[in-house]
Amino acid sequence: MALVLAPEPPVEDWLDALDAQVKRSPSFFDGRPVVLDLGALPIEEPDVAGLLQRLNGRGIRIIGTEGAHPSWQGLEAWAPLHANSTRPARPIDVPDESRAPPASMEGTSLLIDQPVRSGQSIVFEKGDVSVVGSVASGAEVIAGGSIHIYGALRGRAIAGLTGNNRARIFCRRMEAELLAIDGVYQTADDMSPTLRGKPVQAWLAGEAMMLALLD
Amino acid sequence: MATVVVVTSGKGGVGKTTSTAALGAALAQSGQNVVVVDFDVGLRNLDLVMGAERRVVFDLINVVQGDAKLPQALIRDKRIDTLSLLPASQTRDKDALTAEGVTRVIGELREKFDWVICDSPAGIERGATLAMRHADTAVVVTNPEVSSVRDSDRIIGMLDSKTVKAEKGERIEKHLLLTRYDSARAARGEMLKTEDVLEILSIPLLGIIPESEQVLRASNLGTPVTIGNPNSAAAKAYFDAARRLRGETLVVKVPADPRSFMGRLFGRRAVA
Repeated sequence: MALVLAPEPPVEDWLDALDAQVKRSPSFFDGRPVVLDLGALPIEEPDVAGLLQRLNGRGIRIIGTEGAHPSWQGLEAWAPLHANSTRPARPIDVPDESRAPPASMEGTSLLIDQPVRSGQSIVFEKGDVSVVGSVASGAEVIAGGSIHIYGALRGRAIAGLTGNNRARIFCRRMEAELLAIDGVYQTADDMSPTLRGKPVQAWLAGEAMMLALLD
Repeated sequence: MATVVVVTSGKGGVGKTTSTAALGAALAQSGQNVVVVDFDVGLRNLDLVMGAERRVVFDLINVVQGDAKLPQALIRDKRIDTLSLLPASQTRDKDALTAEGVTRVIGELREKFDWVICDSPAGIERGATLAMRHADTAVVVTNPEVSSVRDSDRIIGMLDSKTVKAEKGERIEKHLLLTRYDSARAARGEMLKTEDVLEILSIPLLGIIPESEQVLRASNLGTPVTIGNPNSAAAKAYFDAARRLRGETLVVKVPADPRSFMGRLFGRRAVA
């Protein structure tokens, strides 16, 4: 899942705000693919190529741009992102440092012992998430590591968020709307109907997502 | 000790107002002191379903804003004297509800009644969150349709996080009321099965109300079905649901197809 950065004029102020954010959570951009949305910049923005260099200098890995004006120079290296889907990349909420950690958090795993209801979003970047219960349609579980659902998975499971391609997704009943591991995703439409309602695991083999019955 | 109940669903048109009126009237007929409160400010309906629309003078907003005293706004039912209505305002909108005002009004109602039943508006915005805010118990009204079930799931999540009880770390009691259940369509597999709905929402079942002419007619006549047609299948289901709310344990009956009896009579045609 790519992150979207949308610079706003004046660019200097925007970069300062970005630096402040990076200072608050230094590992926020680590290993994350970033798409740059240039749509908010004025057409006469003189130094877009320079902006890209300065972002790269901050260790931000830009994989593509959106909303660039055709007249701008220096964007060849960052041709518009060829997404393999019509779904637009979604901005991810910046983690709020002031928010207290969940009560049941222990080290690198998070245990949720109640159903994840529609509209709820569980985000845990530090490691694995286990849910004892179901994940409803319209709910999502996002983990830096693997995801374990001891119930029906009817919503979205997004594992390996921080660039972990060895992350896996396990569920006792596969009815997911979307699965993603390290940016590679599948929607319900792409999944084999023989897996529906069954215990399933998902993992990455290279750039392909594999799904198989657990028993 | 009063119990505050919110009747909620997320989705509109599933039967919240009808169920509020029917449950309120059923509880009141068992001798309990009941008030039904319309939180659907701007789109009030409960007064019509209760048949009190011609007696509304002051409303919830007047009381919340301190323009009227609570006893001035309460309307006593003419048929059951332990049943009262606190109507909503039709001319205002949900922004007129303030959190402090609602807290005060619910507190005053708790002192006067055994049951305070709040009819929530559809949606997940201010009106709905304020209606559920002080609830001890929630009745989640759901139709056996996928859209209704998902919206109910969302509401259950909010009940577990946005109510006063939840914020204090206590558990709010939640019950599923399955309404507009059509046994003929269920038999043809055109609706979600009861067990599927229960599996998805995983909260206890309060009752199954059959889709029926009597319920629709009762709403249009301003007579809750538990007053106007107490012997109908729907009214009996509401009476049972009210007894379960009071803590009784009763087996939930799945409404049978009304045509199946005739079907059984004439189903086996002799071959000439």
